Amino acid sequence: MEEGNKLGLFEATVLPHLSAAYNLARWLLRDNSAAEDVVQESYLRALRYFSGYHGGDSRAWLLTIVRNTSYNWLQQNRSRELMNPIEDAEALTAGEANPEAVMQQRIDHDLLRQALNELPIEFREVLILREMEGLSYKEIAAVADLPIGTVMSRLARSRARLQERLAGHLNQEL
Amino acid sequence: MNCQASESQRQAYLDGELDLTRSLELEEHLRECSECAQAFDSIRLLQKSLRSDALRFQPPVSLEKRVRSALRREGGWRAQTFPRRWLIPAISAAVLLILFAGYFLTRTPADNFVASEIVSSHVRSLMINSHLIDVPSEDPHTVKPWFDGKLDFSPPVKDLTPQGFTLIGGRLDYIANRPVAVLIYQRRKHVINLFVWPAPNGDTKPAAQVRQGYNLIHWTKAGMNHWAVSDLNLAELEQLAEELDNAE
Repeated sequence: MEEGNKLGLFEATVLPHLSAAYNLARWLLRDNSAAEDVVQESYLRALRYFSGYHGGDSRAWLLTIVRNTSYNWLQQNRSRELMNPIEDAEALTAGEANPEAVMQQRIDHDLLRQALNELPIEFREVLILREMEGLSYKEIAAVADLPIGTVMSRLARSRARLQERLAGHLNQEL
Repeated sequence: MNCQASESQRQAYLDGELDLTRSLELEEHLRECSECAQAFDSIRLLQKSLRSDALRFQPPVSLEKRVRSALRREGGWRAQTFPRRWLIPAISAAVLLILFAGYFLTRTPADNFVASEIVSSHVRSLMINSHLIDVPSEDPHTVKPWFDGKLDFSPPVKDLTPQGFTLIGGRLDYIANRPVAVLIYQRRKHVINLFVWPAPNGDTKPAAQVRQGYNLIHWTKAGMNHWAVSDLNLAELEQLAEELDNAE
């Protein structure tokens, strides 16, 4: 592929996903300027790998790169955050499975943002990919490099943990 | 459907990943079981809240520009850095190209140029009678010495009268940036100009071509370029080349 055409095609295919890329990086890194750096680095990597991209959902493809670049950044800059990975083998605990359900009609955004930020990164990422980016289980499995069954169970646990957190914050406020 | 099954499937249902049959079963269960319905509503509320635009982080306006210029730099850098695995093939291709270009630029066009000069000279020589011959003679032993002191080489001059080509004289001419010898033969009414000058390379077989209606034959023998040009038919002109080649 001629270099100029390649860049043009790349930009047309992948640049529209800049917002999704930034949102994911920002949620994973919880830092504005780190997210910007990671997005830029992700785009450069994506350009390098672009010849290996053969159609399919270019957004999921880009998000895979953003996710991996984010983890690399964390490994280099805040490796402590990755030191206690969650156990997928763990079954849902009774508390998780049956959280004290949030009974209100709407959830305050600031509260939700705070609760989400407090979740372990593994829970955070599946929720961002599923709810904010609208990825299917299959796509999440590809992006986060997980078996589909694990995607399902992780999402369930993430929601339960999030509800737990929300309930905790609500109780504090009351 | 029991409550346990409902628990594992309500999330898949809300994520749009449950098939139709199970979806219908779940909906039926939720109508019957208020506890499951409540848990279901709670997840649906959470989902709806998470999907709100208010929770998305919007990239700063400058980010797109920044990414674009990084991509341009990277693109430019990649264009300049030639992948190493292409180096050998690229050099080979370049060398071949130079060889071919050299061949065509130095050989063929030069030959074409010479051929065109030869035809011009032939035509000019016939325009006015005095242009054709400097030393009129049928005798090679008169014509050959005439060139002495006028050229830095001595052209072979052959008598082909027995073969039907009459030597009628010789002249000096200027072809391919050098003075050359021209021997003039006649066959019936046809004049044949035979141009001769030293050749740097080895012998070549006679090669014929037609220019402006004139037949030309070029060959190299014994270190001499030979160009024969005439309005004589090609077969007879080839015969001249052959006789000159054979004659000693």
